[in-house]
Amino acid sequence: MIRFTSLQFRIQVAIAVGVLVLVAIVVAITGPNLVHFYDTTVANCKSHGDCSYASKALTQSDSFLQSAFGELLLVLPALVGIFWGAPLIAREFEAGTFRLVWTQSVTRRRWLAVKLGIIGLTSMAVAGLVTLMVSWWFSPIDKVTKVQFASFDERGIVAIGYAVFAFDFGVAAGLLIRRTVPAMFATLVAFVGARLAVTYWVRPHLLAPVKTAMPLHIVFGTSIEQTSSTGLLFFQPVNIPNAWIYSNEVVNNSGHAPTVQFLQSACHSVLSVPANGAVQGVPTPNQNAHTAFAECFTNVAAKFHQVVIYQPASRYWAFQWYETAIFFGLAVIVTGFSFWWVRRRPAQYGQ
Amino acid sequence: MTAVLETDGLCKQYGRKWALHDCTLAIPEGKVVGLVGPNGAGKSTLLNLAVGLLTPTSGTITVLGGRPSDGPSQLGRIGFVAQDTPTYEGMSVAKHLRMGAWLNPHWDSELAERRIRQLGLDPRQKAGSLSGGQRAQLALVLALAKKPEILILDEPVASLDPLARREFLQTLMEVVAEHGVRVVLSSHLIADLERVCDYLIVLVASHVQLSGDVSDLLASHYYLSGPRRDRSSLPVNQAVIEESHTDKQSVFMVRTDDPILDPAWIVKPVTLDDLVLGYMRQAREAETHRRPGLGVLR
Repeated sequence: MIRFTSLQFRIQVAIAVGVLVLVAIVVAITGPNLVHFYDTTVANCKSHGDCSYASKALTQSDSFLQSAFGELLLVLPALVGIFWGAPLIAREFEAGTFRLVWTQSVTRRRWLAVKLGIIGLTSMAVAGLVTLMVSWWFSPIDKVTKVQFASFDERGIVAIGYAVFAFDFGVAAGLLIRRTVPAMFATLVAFVGARLAVTYWVRPHLLAPVKTAMPLHIVFGTSIEQTSSTGLLFFQPVNIPNAWIYSNEVVNNSGHAPTVQFLQSACHSVLSVPANGAVQGVPTPNQNAHTAFAECFTNVAAKFHQVVIYQPASRYWAFQWYETAIFFGLAVIVTGFSFWWVRRRPAQYGQ
Repeated sequence: MTAVLETDGLCKQYGRKWALHDCTLAIPEGKVVGLVGPNGAGKSTLLNLAVGLLTPTSGTITVLGGRPSDGPSQLGRIGFVAQDTPTYEGMSVAKHLRMGAWLNPHWDSELAERRIRQLGLDPRQKAGSLSGGQRAQLALVLALAKKPEILILDEPVASLDPLARREFLQTLMEVVAEHGVRVVLSSHLIADLERVCDYLIVLVASHVQLSGDVSDLLASHYYLSGPRRDRSSLPVNQAVIEESHTDKQSVFMVRTDDPILDPAWIVKPVTLDDLVLGYMRQAREAETHRRPGLGVLR
């Protein structure tokens, strides 16, 4: 059964190897340039004093490949589900060959187990290897951007979970629907649905976030902003590298943000200087504005502090494992269904 | 008489439609059995249940004493040629044989290769480019080389042209002669069965209308024609299967094990075709009687 599955799966394996080789070639050619770029600019920018320029230059380099690799990792698991999973059994039904293969001396369960095992493992290997190569390629850029949670779906091990779920769901859909194209469509819908649901509804709740309160201090970006014709906001940026920031607020001891009335009185000298838009705290060329903002800041900082709710960078791999486990769990559920269905409710004889 | 295939109250339902309802039959040992009946009689459903591709809604079915699809050994005892003889169109003939060798522990590769040679098939040819007749022959080789105890063929020749049909049945006859394998073959064409079967089962609307040795059946049925008379005037040992009347004349198909003695009759033998059609018509009339306005046969 293993040899027969390999025989039938040869073309798909050839395509998979082709994709892997292509990615490997691109990574091997362009990756070392990025590393070199990092080593010669960002790594020693401190001594030259212009780190922001060097960082920006690095993060903007190879922008086509950056988006291409990102999108490849987003669609790769879906492609596995649609083109490997959904047709696996649906095509046997469409061609009638299930009547041939299921009447050999191999039970349907064993047939399914071998198919799912071999092709499922191949799917996982492809997703894992592509992520590994792409993660390495991105590593100089990631060291600079320090927003690891922003590219969470495109690094680490989660793509392996996505791929195995997409594949197993595709197989189950093909078994149930018995037609290739509708099964492909169902797989796409289910995969996108599961990914969105987990990303927006499950992932943020996997671990209770950390809440930290700290006094205000003037940094680049501390500002008072005109948010609407009457609204005012005091903004204090947060700088926790690689953390996942849920919320960042300036509040008083009872948890309320500064009112417009308070800001108008505390910062009236700042607000009277320019007529429009935001007023930057530091740096500013205007000495008057600088002094005015310092006064404003002191008034606000006396009563308000900054509260940040976030997931620390150290939890990144915990999130990776949890999310991978969730998709493996979903894969186990749909696979269990497939085994039950292929035995209990096999070929309905079309009349 | 032991049965190679036995069903008891076998039912298969799709949604609200019964594909097979309360089917009880026994196929005897040592025969090439033809299963004949109109479309929708449940022949394919019965045979798919026999190989375990379907599971019964209720009732039981055993093949060679075992439950269908009850593990690899039971699967290995049955060689199945499915309707339209499906094969993997992208796979070559040789790869189909490799599939058979890998998936069946008792595979006889010498037999498979010899038969492919005899058929003149190119092992490198893709199954998708074979003619319907060649594909059917390939399916038969695959079913045969797994060394089954029984061959079950579901309408294997239904989609073949007359020449390919004859060649396929010829091969089947050779196989039976050479390997002595039991055969159950379904068809809605009586002529196909007449050539190969020595035992016949007529299935109409899930029920066995007639079963028996072909020669016995032919020997116990007659056409009687003569002056017009009512069926009630026939002796009790002559069961009327079919009757037709004109103003002056009556024709009856009767079943009897005794000789026809009435000199008023012109006695003619029946063909298998007449016989099967007669029983199908009888079943239809009984059915329309039970449910007026609802014809079962199309």
